[in-house]
Amino acid sequence: MPTVGVKRDLLFKALGRSYTDEEFDELCFEFGLELDEITSEKEIISREQGDTKASGASDVILYKIDVPANRYDLLCLEGLVRGLQVFKNKLEAPQYKRVSPLSGEPQKLIITKETEAVRPHAVAAVLRNITFTQERYDSFIELQEKLHQNICRKRSLVAIGTHDLDTISGPFTYTAKPPGDISFKPLNQTKEYTATQLMSLYKTDSHLRHYLHIIEDKPVYPVIYDSNGVVLSMPPIINGDHSKISLKTKNVFIECTATDQTKAKTVLDMMVTMFSEYCAQPFTVEEAEVVYPDGKTCIYPELAYRKEKLSSKFINQKVGINESTEKIAQLLTRMCLLSQATGVGDEIEVEIPPTRSDVIHACDIMEDAAIAYGFNNITRTTPRTYTVANQFPLNKLTELLRQDLAAAGFTEALNFALCSQEDIADKLGKKISEMRAVHISNPKTAEFQVARTTLLPGLLKTIAANRKMPLPLKLFEISDVVLKDETKGRHSTYFPGRCADIFVRGKNVGRLGVLHPDVINRFELTMPCSALEMDIEPFL
Amino acid sequence: MADTGVLETLLQRVEKVDDGVDSLDVATSLGVDHQVIVGAVKSLQALGDVISAELRSSKHWELTEEGTEIAEQGSHESRVFSCIPLEGLAQSELMKLPFGKIGFSKAMSNKWIRVDKAHEGGPRIFRTVESIEDQVREKLFLVQKGNSTQLEEKEKNELKKRKLLSEVTVKSYWITKGNSFSTTITKQETELTPEMIASGNWKEKKFKPYNFEAMGVAPDCGHLHPLMKVRTQFRQIFLEMGFTEMPTNNFIESSFWNFDSLFQPQQHPARDQHDTFFLSDPAHAHQFPQDYLERVKKVHSEGGYGSQGYKYDWKIEEAQKNILRTHTTAVSARMLYKLAQQKFTPVKYFSIDRVFRNETLDATHLAEFHQIEGVVADYGLTLGDLMGVLHQFFTKLGLKKWVEVGNSGVFRPEMLLPMGLPEGVSVIAWGLSLERPTMIKYGINNIRELVGHKVNLQMVYDSPICRNPPTHF
Repeated sequence: MPTVGVKRDLLFKALGRSYTDEEFDELCFEFGLELDEITSEKEIISREQGDTKASGASDVILYKIDVPANRYDLLCLEGLVRGLQVFKNKLEAPQYKRVSPLSGEPQKLIITKETEAVRPHAVAAVLRNITFTQERYDSFIELQEKLHQNICRKRSLVAIGTHDLDTISGPFTYTAKPPGDISFKPLNQTKEYTATQLMSLYKTDSHLRHYLHIIEDKPVYPVIYDSNGVVLSMPPIINGDHSKISLKTKNVFIECTATDQTKAKTVLDMMVTMFSEYCAQPFTVEEAEVVYPDGKTCIYPELAYRKEKLSSKFINQKVGINESTEKIAQLLTRMCLLSQATGVGDEIEVEIPPTRSDVIHACDIMEDAAIAYGFNNITRTTPRTYTVANQFPLNKLTELLRQDLAAAGFTEALNFALCSQEDIADKLGKKISEMRAVHISNPKTAEFQVARTTLLPGLLKTIAANRKMPLPLKLFEISDVVLKDETKGRHSTYFPGRCADIFVRGKNVGRLGVLHPDVINRFELTMPCSALEMDIEPFL
Repeated sequence: MADTGVLETLLQRVEKVDDGVDSLDVATSLGVDHQVIVGAVKSLQALGDVISAELRSSKHWELTEEGTEIAEQGSHESRVFSCIPLEGLAQSELMKLPFGKIGFSKAMSNKWIRVDKAHEGGPRIFRTVESIEDQVREKLFLVQKGNSTQLEEKEKNELKKRKLLSEVTVKSYWITKGNSFSTTITKQETELTPEMIASGNWKEKKFKPYNFEAMGVAPDCGHLHPLMKVRTQFRQIFLEMGFTEMPTNNFIESSFWNFDSLFQPQQHPARDQHDTFFLSDPAHAHQFPQDYLERVKKVHSEGGYGSQGYKYDWKIEEAQKNILRTHTTAVSARMLYKLAQQKFTPVKYFSIDRVFRNETLDATHLAEFHQIEGVVADYGLTLGDLMGVLHQFFTKLGLKKWVEVGNSGVFRPEMLLPMGLPEGVSVIAWGLSLERPTMIKYGINNIRELVGHKVNLQMVYDSPICRNPPTHF
């Protein structure tokens, strides 16, 4: 679950009242969030890097709030406050509007065909006459980072670029060029670099190096220019220093480049709905026009409102409550899903705003109705489902065998299903190629190379780890092994003349015997060891 | 029990004195090893308050190996003296003897011999006196006999320097009369025997009191693993609630059943290398119910069944990737699909089995763990029903703070409708890990102490029965 950190006092100021920690915890829980931690910057640094490093840091109280993974509208203070205020009936959810520029043409973003090879999609919008304070600015930057980490899948699906519109001039061109041909002064640097040089420069940057792989090996890198050849950004890596936003910025140009068109639109909508609050005309967003390589155009941001009709009966039945149509409409409105009874029977018309891209089915609406109603207010009932239980025969047999094995004096072990190739082959005197084992791709260590084809190595490793225990050690395990198909093994695992196959009704179900001294040595054991391994499925 | 003779002799010794006796002295005077007396002391102590024995430390002079040799054969210097005939002995000859070198210098300093350096044929040694007293040997005899006190400290230290004597710390007992002192011993029995029962002579016998400070011998037995014991309990609870067990004997699953059929989008972070184990061999699955697969593809990429869908390009290659299952919900999906292929009947299913996550490992997380899952499918199930089932389940478990232990929810229509389940059917489900409640119940903090080959078997030997409701959770 993503976590949002907000300054407690700023939060309370925006909410218009203070809460005790318990009260706010309660409020979060009601709304479907979790107040995970109450801390401060100083405390965080102290915990991670020690007290000396923390000495100059801020004491300001921070609330760390856990938010559902698909609620992009709750990832910043602005969205949280808006959501909570509407939930508490203190505010009506704003209507987000896309508007034309007061004068002249909308800003244009022209996409060239070169981007197809690397990052084909882009959308854009303008926030006009915005006022930033330090807090708003920090929140603005932080939301981009949160979106980048979540819905943007670490910038691989979508990357956001925000620019001071007054420092650049459209129309803007989104194209892709060989890295050697791209040169600009990136954010926070004092000189120009080529894209090739930037790739090297950022290899040691603790933040940016994780994104280099997205475009590094491509023949062309994405880049956005203004009409004077000024570089706005080289997505998804870094913006240009020229167009950087400051506290004084009044007009913001936002561009989102992407490999997933749908997500780009969602991300743009999220950025503009959250921060248009600070525009001279709150909640209005100035449109921008995207021109595609084939000449088609599209106006952004979408800011689409969608309507769905459902019955209060549907909500009542699914949740397990019995509320009137009007009451349900009120509950939904509190969740930013503006609703009204249509007057046709128990029908409700629900308006889903662009901030709620997580609502894709009526069942999501039902969930919000339940949250607004309060889960703790729902009566607990018991399903009247009559069923007779059955055990899975293999598990039933296993349980019976386990009991009797323990009664016979054996101790149960519980070993990992994943192990090294050596464990199931070499150490047992066999070749891995004969084992028909299932292999894991890119295992982090040798212990995750294959899935076990036999239970024997696990037991022998358990004995090796318990050398100091008094003898005799008698162990057993009854569990699944993973086989691609039947292994016809040689019996080099056992001491010659001291092993036997087990036959049941003419079928070979396993073998038992004294382990070969080589096997004993390979598992770092010293005492003679006997083993039995048998498939129990034939006994079902 | 020590030899009765020794016990009685010891008691007699103690009786004779007013204060007490030292065990070492007793040993010496009886001519037995000290340990025999120590054994006697212990046996007497076991009988009750017969004697009082105080442990003492004393220093004691003993002959070293070399010292013992000299006591037997005489000191080096006396042996030198003895082997010199009237006509003398060539020095070179003397030095060949093992005791020659040391003996020569000592004998010289004792003025027992002299050297004629100018003798023809080499330096020659002659006696200077007629006879000698081997004082060193005499002294050693004294110590050997236990009369080291007759020697002065200076003398003993000199012999110590020559490595013929050593001072040993000896622990001995100072034995005095106890409150129930008597010179006779009544033998105490340890066990009731069949003979005693048959003859009835147990009536005349005294039985040694139990030592409640001693550990008993643990009986030999087998043991069940605590995690499996808790699993047995959960299984029991589900069966008592009418839940049927699902077949989960397949660790390998296709991405299709593990993710896509559950309406989890293909670009979701959980499907990435960091969280999921992908197989390199066999890398892909190929057998899928084709019509169903098409419906799943559609609902992901375009929507339908009342849903907007995710609006992305769904790829079959992603769905075909084989993985180690990340949850047993994949099995629940298979079961629900199977159920949808026939006339619908309400069901309650459960499973408890192993799942795999390729995540960061720490004290409470391993790559493999066990998931517990419960599913109810019926017409008209509500959130109230979900909460009711959860409440019943956790009550049977005896778990108080159950909210934080697991997850629960209702399966989405985008999952159920493409399977072909009737519209009015709701499916509720919940799950938790098996390891977490087990660790809480058995007081284990690190999951590696519970699962895997490095587990201490003593923990398995000692783990108590798993009871519900428990006395604490």
